[in-house]
Amino acid sequence: MGAAHSASEEVRELEGKTGFSSDQIEQLHRRFKQLSGDQPTIRKENFNNVPDLELNPIRSKIVRAFFDNRNLRKGPSGLADEINFEDFLTIMSYFRPIDTTMGEEQVELSRKEKLRFLFHMYDSDSDGRITLEEYRNVVEELLSGNPHIEKESARSIADGAMMEAASVCVGQMEPDQVYEGITFEDFLKARCSGSRL
Amino acid sequence: MIGWRSSSSEPDERISVFELDYDYVQIPYEVTLWILLASLAKIGFHLYHRLPGLMPESCLLILVGAVVGGIIFGTDHKSPPVMDSSIYFLYLLPPIVLEGGYFMPTRPFFENIGSILWWAVLGALINALGIGLSLYLICQVQAFGLSDVNLLQNLLFGSLISAVDPVAVLAVFEEARVNEQLYMMIFGEALLNDGITVVLYNMLIAFTKMHKFEDIEPVDILAGCARFIIVGVGGVMFGIAFGFISAFITRFTQNISAIEPLIVFMFSYLSYLAAETLYLSGILAITACAVTMKKYVEENVSQTSYTTIKYFMKMLSSVSETLIFIFMGVSTVGKNHEWNWAFICFTLAFCQIWRAISVFALFYVSNQFRTFPFSIKDQCIIFYSGVRGAGSFSLAFLLPLSLFPRKKMFVTATLVVIYFTVFIQGITIGPLVRYLDVKKTNKKESINEELHIRLMDHLKAGIEDVCGHWSHYQVRDKFKKFDHRYLRKILIRENLPKSSIVSLYKKLEMKQAIEMVETGILSSTAFSIPHQAQRIQEIKRLCPEDVESIRDILTCNMYQVRQRTLSYNKYNLKPQKSEKQAKEILIRRQNTLRESMRKGHSLPWGKPAGTKNIRYLSFPYGNPQSAGRDTRAAGFSDDDGSNPGSSSVMFSARSRIRSLQKQQAQEIIPMKSLHRGGKALSFGYQRSTSQEEYMGGSRRVALRPKPLFHAVDEEGFFGVSQESVFL
Repeated sequence: MGAAHSASEEVRELEGKTGFSSDQIEQLHRRFKQLSGDQPTIRKENFNNVPDLELNPIRSKIVRAFFDNRNLRKGPSGLADEINFEDFLTIMSYFRPIDTTMGEEQVELSRKEKLRFLFHMYDSDSDGRITLEEYRNVVEELLSGNPHIEKESARSIADGAMMEAASVCVGQMEPDQVYEGITFEDFLKARCSGSRL
Repeated sequence: MIGWRSSSSEPDERISVFELDYDYVQIPYEVTLWILLASLAKIGFHLYHRLPGLMPESCLLILVGAVVGGIIFGTDHKSPPVMDSSIYFLYLLPPIVLEGGYFMPTRPFFENIGSILWWAVLGALINALGIGLSLYLICQVQAFGLSDVNLLQNLLFGSLISAVDPVAVLAVFEEARVNEQLYMMIFGEALLNDGITVVLYNMLIAFTKMHKFEDIEPVDILAGCARFIIVGVGGVMFGIAFGFISAFITRFTQNISAIEPLIVFMFSYLSYLAAETLYLSGILAITACAVTMKKYVEENVSQTSYTTIKYFMKMLSSVSETLIFIFMGVSTVGKNHEWNWAFICFTLAFCQIWRAISVFALFYVSNQFRTFPFSIKDQCIIFYSGVRGAGSFSLAFLLPLSLFPRKKMFVTATLVVIYFTVFIQGITIGPLVRYLDVKKTNKKESINEELHIRLMDHLKAGIEDVCGHWSHYQVRDKFKKFDHRYLRKILIRENLPKSSIVSLYKKLEMKQAIEMVETGILSSTAFSIPHQAQRIQEIKRLCPEDVESIRDILTCNMYQVRQRTLSYNKYNLKPQKSEKQAKEILIRRQNTLRESMRKGHSLPWGKPAGTKNIRYLSFPYGNPQSAGRDTRAAGFSDDDGSNPGSSSVMFSARSRIRSLQKQQAQEIIPMKSLHRGGKALSFGYQRSTSQEEYMGGSRRVALRPKPLFHAVDEEGFFGVSQESVFL
């Protein structure tokens, strides 16, 4: 991280940007170095070093989330190839506990940010809507821990969930209206009860 | 039950046809009767299946003991001297501790070891000293008539009464979603608590013997503290050393597997005895030995030895504990009590107060350093689980009367505390935990929510992994590397057959086992898909049954996020869930096959069902070795031509095979899905079965199913196509 003098400046900068304390930044930096093998950037392959992550059914989505430009605030879509430490911190900052001492607005904003992160995980093609296909994909991954489930079942569950979401968000629809997908606002509505991020 | 022996004092001309000699067998006879009685009681206890969830088994044992005590007292019989100091410390205590150490889940233990040590050691000390001092203050009050109990005696009493046995209550609140951390804290506390209190006890007894109170100088106290540390650490070192030795020896026992359990037990016991010789803590030694030994021994010993060890350990500890409890019951009903209201009431009160103080104070501090702080709810649970058990009673019972003229009072007080905590706290802790838990759980109404929550859980788990919980990660990593490079080479056998007939055999068996399980189509759990849900454009409310069935499927089959609920039962090994399931599958399969044969359906295998498949079914699931060879070969080839569209994945990493055999193929997760006839196969072994094997402990770690997500090449033995499971 450069010379010691500029190091603390950078740390302070990062503190300001991401809201972590300097201890936390230190710790995360160590972890970053471990993952990246002392390189300044991390690529997707580096996440293979986390052994426990392999058991996670949504591992690919998680890894992807790290490189998602929308999460990195670098653009509306697409994936970065590699991320540096600052990006790493940016992603991690989504998972900071909400500081309830901040004002109502701030709390609401943080909540929204976190939900947006989740939304991006669902919405893999970055079109702003969770379509049926994407939802199905998510359900399949979640159920992949027991791959005995047929694809059929996963589909139906996804369909059911989608229908439910539609009925919650749009109410009664005309029989020939097409529900295109869950937008972020709908997502917020559907998730309005008890977000425990 | 009065013994009666025909007199042989004078030589008798006649030979008596019938003689009775009870004195000869009295001791073993009665001991056996006691144990048998307790076992019968346990059977009864578990027959009513809700009972184990309501109260800890210790309750039952105490009741049985009281009954036996009542009988003995009523018939004015002199009970056999089962319990004296040497018998307790040499024979009764080691099995209990060994079992605790052996079945401890190592990974969570070591992840939390800082907190556990902090809590167990300091908690025990605070409790012991606190209770002792408070009671001493009470004894100073003249009105209670206790002024002859001096400080040392009070301290000693404090130390023995603070020996908790919380594992006894673990079974009770298992059903509530007790998280892993909490579980480990309680487990860890139980494990170390015994050791610490015994060390303290012995030290204080030494002090008591040494001088009168006034002669004790600060030097002695310092020496005492230093001694405490040396005793503890020394014991652990001993244990580890013996653990390694025994692991090393088991490396060579492949030809005489019958002595493997013997080696395990003897070495553990030896570590205990050796440590005790040097006045080090035998309990900590045997615990450390068990923990060290387990990892390596499990890989080395044969499957039957492994099972034997597990069961034998449980059995021994059960017997020990039973005897202690019965003895406790016997002592309850008797004349050797001294009831002193003040002492007893204050003891009870102080026990609770000091436990509360120590819990909240210590956790307040340790929460600052933990990544996952314990909530107040958790702390309340820990506080409330401070149930005393056999340990306290034994130590009280063994107080030397010469040094403790008021021993009876101590014994009475101990008994009261034990009864109170076991019965009242033990029975109410279940509802309490459920109550505390229920308040936080949201009622999940919609599928969406369920999915989202699950997704978030996984996400959190994933991010935790990426962050690497705490910096211990590096330590653990380094240890693992060291372990792999050196320790395993030395301590573990290398003779795993790679392509021998034996391994082929075993693989075939396992494959068959999987197949039988998979193709058992459980129609009752078939997921009836609400077929109207095909077009997303139609909005129809899902009827509640569909939602229910969906939710059932989801809960059964979604990947269980990290072992949330561990399942440990002190008194028995969990019955292998999958065995019952397998039997059910067999039965159903038999039925469906018969039906389909009648109807002339084409079976999934593309061959007439015929006798071959029936032969499968007669193949006893739990004992693959017994079936004939051609069945298997037939089965194998049968399968070969069958399902081009199916994929089968197995754990077949080399070393896994051995452990799999050990676990009798119970942890295999069948993964074939037959896309025929639209029958939904939704039955799979939840990973929770592997959680139940958690007592196999570290083995689970090795079984992490990397193959779960990719096809695994089974060394080309199986010609079945191996598509990736991810459809």
